[in-house]
Amino acid sequence: MVSSGVQVLGTTFSPFVNRVRISLNLKSVNFELIEENLAAKSDLLLKSNPVHKKVPVLIHDGKCISESLVIVEYIDEKWSGDDGVSILPSDPYDRAVARFWAAYFDDKVVPVLFKLSFGPESERVALIEQLAEGLVPLEEAFMTCSKGKSYFGGDNIGYTDIALGSFIGWIKAIEKMSGIKVLAEAKTPGLVGWVNKFLSTDAAKKFVPELEVYVELLKKMQA
Amino acid sequence: MADQEVKLLGVWASPFSKRVEIALKMKGISYEYVAQDLSNKSPELLKYNPIHKKVPVLVHNGKPICESLVILEYIDETWKSGPSILPKDPYARAMARFWAKFIDDKCFPSIWKIRKSQGEEEREKAIEEAKEQLAILENELKGKKFFSGDEIGLVDIAANFIALWVGVVQELVGVELLTKEKFPRLCEWSDDYLNSSIIKETLPAKDELLDRFRAMFQRTD
Repeated sequence: MVSSGVQVLGTTFSPFVNRVRISLNLKSVNFELIEENLAAKSDLLLKSNPVHKKVPVLIHDGKCISESLVIVEYIDEKWSGDDGVSILPSDPYDRAVARFWAAYFDDKVVPVLFKLSFGPESERVALIEQLAEGLVPLEEAFMTCSKGKSYFGGDNIGYTDIALGSFIGWIKAIEKMSGIKVLAEAKTPGLVGWVNKFLSTDAAKKFVPELEVYVELLKKMQA
Repeated sequence: MADQEVKLLGVWASPFSKRVEIALKMKGISYEYVAQDLSNKSPELLKYNPIHKKVPVLVHNGKPICESLVILEYIDETWKSGPSILPKDPYARAMARFWAKFIDDKCFPSIWKIRKSQGEEEREKAIEEAKEQLAILENELKGKKFFSGDEIGLVDIAANFIALWVGVVQELVGVELLTKEKFPRLCEWSDDYLNSSIIKETLPAKDELLDRFRAMFQRTD
């Protein structure tokens, strides 16, 4: 395989890293995943992301870029072409809406996922409810963005699908471990349909680990 | 066509709101400013930003855009004439977005923590954290006049609160944070920034802002 000189520092299970892998794959960009042990960070990671010391980091053309959504936008802009795949929509207003919902997800939903996974057990019931509530606005967002099609991005997956979809395995694992559905057919039918469609895409099959992977990981981390 | 109806729901004392005003002025876009009272949120604000119920909200031809950095990119993409807020090169754009996010995710909360901390120990810890982040920004300025180079861009606009609001927090709380000794480049950047015409025209005067904050915190403390 000819390397195009693109490396991704990360893990196979980090949803943030998987946003990047999905995006590169959509653009048919070959890359090498350099797996990091987050408990013992490599010199390469510390050198290429000195500010945050986190994954993912994209290394391309000798330059390092970090923060998953910043990387996704870079990928969209760097590998763009008239006949190529676009990750963000072309209309400025639609782009603003996509960016808004990805930021919403990172600011409001992801922290709850972290607390649920690594916080005290006593808080879990309240947090599950908070998670379910946090997902409700995304139902309307999906209806608006998809305009009746399968994905937030329309006929094909786009920015918002990638930002949110990479977390599906983790969310489903939390549902299984708690025995509580956070994405329920009754409250969020559109999202439930979207989840199923997303999981059947190539991107998800390749880069979104199944819930069992996360169940095992969480059991290990919570022990 | 792009100019039809531009409205900004904002708050005079908010750095986030002011970011959008800076961008609109940079591009020479005329807009209607609708001042908001966050202690008594207007139906318009709640309608246009039901998720966060916050300012700023830009309403363009009846369609709302929320979150200041999202709004800045929208402005840059919609009004192509006038100075660019983001650079053209994808890597440079990625760097601009990275640093703007750093300012919002790290700098802003840690400086605000100084104001909110209870007790000396908590305050000292907050100050140390804030200084670490300012040191990172100091390093990033690396001989540039502005974060974006010769002209003001996305990161400089995002850093408006460092140029002005940090000074206000310093005086309110009685701490030394952004000093010429520790942060010579940041201080020089701040002077150049606050003296540039659009920023001068848009941002409040420091004394007025200080008075407003003093009044605000007296009411809520």
